[in-house]
Amino acid sequence: MTAQPKTLLTIITEGVLENSLVDDFKRLGVIGYTISEARGLGTHGLRTGNWRKDGNIRVDIVADSDQCARIVDQLRADYDRDYGLLMYSCPVDLHG
Amino acid sequence: MPFEPVVFFFVLGAAAGLLRSDLKIPSSIYEFLSIYLLLAIGLKGGVKLAEYPLGEIALVSLVVMAAAATIPLIAFPALRALGGLSRADAGSIAGHYGSVSVVTFSVAVAFLSKRAIPYEGYLIVFLVLLEMPALIIGVILAKYGSGGVRWGKMLHEVFFGKSILLLTGGLIIGLIAGPEGIKPLDALFFDLFKGMLALFLLEMGLVASTRIAELKNYGAFLLAFAVVMPLVAAVIGALTGTLLGLSVGGTLLLATLYASASYIAAPAAMRIAVPEANPALSIGAALGVTFPFNIFFGLPIYYWLAEFFHGLGASAT
Repeated sequence: MTAQPKTLLTIITEGVLENSLVDDFKRLGVIGYTISEARGLGTHGLRTGNWRKDGNIRVDIVADSDQCARIVDQLRADYDRDYGLLMYSCPVDLHG
Repeated sequence: MPFEPVVFFFVLGAAAGLLRSDLKIPSSIYEFLSIYLLLAIGLKGGVKLAEYPLGEIALVSLVVMAAAATIPLIAFPALRALGGLSRADAGSIAGHYGSVSVVTFSVAVAFLSKRAIPYEGYLIVFLVLLEMPALIIGVILAKYGSGGVRWGKMLHEVFFGKSILLLTGGLIIGLIAGPEGIKPLDALFFDLFKGMLALFLLEMGLVASTRIAELKNYGAFLLAFAVVMPLVAAVIGALTGTLLGLSVGGTLLLATLYASASYIAAPAAMRIAVPEANPALSIGAALGVTFPFNIFFGLPIYYWLAEFFHGLGASAT
């Protein structure tokens, strides 16, 4: 079994930002991402997701650590002040 | 009975939310209901639109839009000076109140049909026309001089968001099909309308209940604003409708449109264009206070206003 070492970056933010993020990813050269709807509680209050655009999204990206760092810097600069934004990353083994 | 029965479904939903019932409308059903309501309203308007000359409607539309533009311009200084709100919050809330609510309009249509009061069908066109200008005015008020507005994204959100898209699409389909062509769809889009509206109001009650609980944090000013602003706007609407020569039913609908505050399209657009504004303030006021106020107490008051101004107009001539 061969595996490539990569970084998994997970972003949890407001659903209203989905289109903007997709544009950002394209500009930053992200090859692939997975977006799913998310619910939960954070410093921006309870996000129940039962109202259009009231919900959160969770974005998973597997990429090189440098690229993940660029994404984090960009998103922090653009959105962190005004929107709910949580980002974390961890090393992963990419199979296939 | 002074109330349209469908509004009790709102009360039921709100009660379920406040009592922490496990009632939840699945989001796909909510999506379906909102698509249905927007299309049904659009189709209904499109069928009736064919009965009026387009030139007349264009002229009336210009007056209606100009008069509606005064609403955010009144709301903004009131929010700033009396409420002491930040520029961003005042601009965002002014935009919400200048924009319109499809569901409030739907309840007003149900209110009229229950009493068999006729109205000009083309008023539904205003639902489309009035949604966007106030949002732009609100953004300009919030951001004037500070720059950095994502206009492209915001306008895309408003124009191609599902509410304008489906309303306009329904209008055009209704206009092309005409009353005869639309007949096969009558059973779905017109006969079932009130039942679907009732289900949607159940969900609205559930969502509003979460906002009602938050409202105590916002202070007395915003609560008062959420009741007084629709009344002021309704007077402007009733006057405009009467001066334009609309029927009593049409005047009531215009007053209701002016009085209503957007809580579906506006929050998403404002979140993009004025992200520093607190969305809980505007949605809390629009959905937690103004919407229930309008459907319970506003409609009978606006009906009275429409008759009052028409009475004045008749005695003056």
